[in-house]
Amino acid sequence: MKIEILGTGCAKCKTLYENTRAAVQEKGIEAEIVKVEDIPSIMKHGVISTPALVVDGQVKFSGKVASIAEIIGML
Amino acid sequence: MLKNFADYVVFTLIGLVPGSRGGEALDFFIYDTLKIFLLLTTIIYIVAIIRTSFPPEKTKRVLSHKREYVGNILAALLGIVTPFCSCSAVPLFIGFVESGVPLGVTFSFLISSPMVNEVALIMLWGLFGWKIALIYIGTGLVVAIVAGIIIGKLKMEKYVQDYVWKMQVGNAEIVPLTFREKLSYALEYTRELLKKIWPYVVVGVGLGAFIHGYVPQDFLARWAGPDNPFAVPIAVALGVPLYSNAAGVIPIVHALMEKGMAIGTVLAFMMAVTALSLPEAIILKNVLKNRLLAVFFGILTFAIVCVGYLFNAIL
Repeated sequence: MKIEILGTGCAKCKTLYENTRAAVQEKGIEAEIVKVEDIPSIMKHGVISTPALVVDGQVKFSGKVASIAEIIGML
Repeated sequence: MLKNFADYVVFTLIGLVPGSRGGEALDFFIYDTLKIFLLLTTIIYIVAIIRTSFPPEKTKRVLSHKREYVGNILAALLGIVTPFCSCSAVPLFIGFVESGVPLGVTFSFLISSPMVNEVALIMLWGLFGWKIALIYIGTGLVVAIVAGIIIGKLKMEKYVQDYVWKMQVGNAEIVPLTFREKLSYALEYTRELLKKIWPYVVVGVGLGAFIHGYVPQDFLARWAGPDNPFAVPIAVALGVPLYSNAAGVIPIVHALMEKGMAIGTVLAFMMAVTALSLPEAIILKNVLKNRLLAVFFGILTFAIVCVGYLFNAIL
């Protein structure tokens, strides 16, 4: 599973990254988590509010920080 | 009720004398802090729920290929309910113009969104009353609409960074949230926001209470009153570095108004605090060439100064 965190490096993006890492660990799955910080890559996903979570190429949500429990539900 | 509680704590429990400077200042502080936090918690929560129905992606679709005027008005109104953080100003700007939202309409949104925000409105309502809050919303919208129309008329598309027009923008199919997800999002949002602004509110109300109790009446009337023509531009200039601290600034301004600062000056100052910001200018430099950036901030500053003079003259 490939998880991408889209965001230009703001505080919220970091929180989302940490929450996602915790969620993956808690669920005990194999996943590659990547931070995507360059604008062209973010725009390719059609996301215009950051941070956003992309799982296997599909945008799960944008413009918010999800809790660990919420992210577990999406994986 | 809150007033009774504050009175009880200060004059009965602590035993300060009613009418004394210290007693009045502390009474004012407790009452205002309670009132503001009560308002902030409930209204931020409600606004956050409303906002979940207006994701920026949807706003973008509504505004795309809208004509000027109608588009500018819609953009300014949607700016109130669409969640926006200056940290995502770049993807938002690119997403808007790429999907055919006219440049002037995009600017109406970019001005209204930070300026007419719920925290500023709650603080204005709680401290100045609903009339001032409504005047702020009304003039904020007019400034956003007019400035956007002017930028649209100037045809400055070539002063947008060239790469913006070449950007490939995908189409995200974002799953709408369920009602339960909306509630949990709103709760989380409220918690995060309060966590961020509470120190500013407490310090702001504290300073306001101090001014209320200790600064002589009419202290500011001479240099920040309606008769000083420089008060408005100076207030606007002072507002720029205070960006994003509306929560802390409004209580201080409220106390200053009691001491003679004119209402137009107060409004102009508030608008400068919320709408003119250096960090946002730096972020927008990624998508705008210097000329358009200067025009944007120039027009906005000019409009805000006009608002100040106008309300100093008529109120």
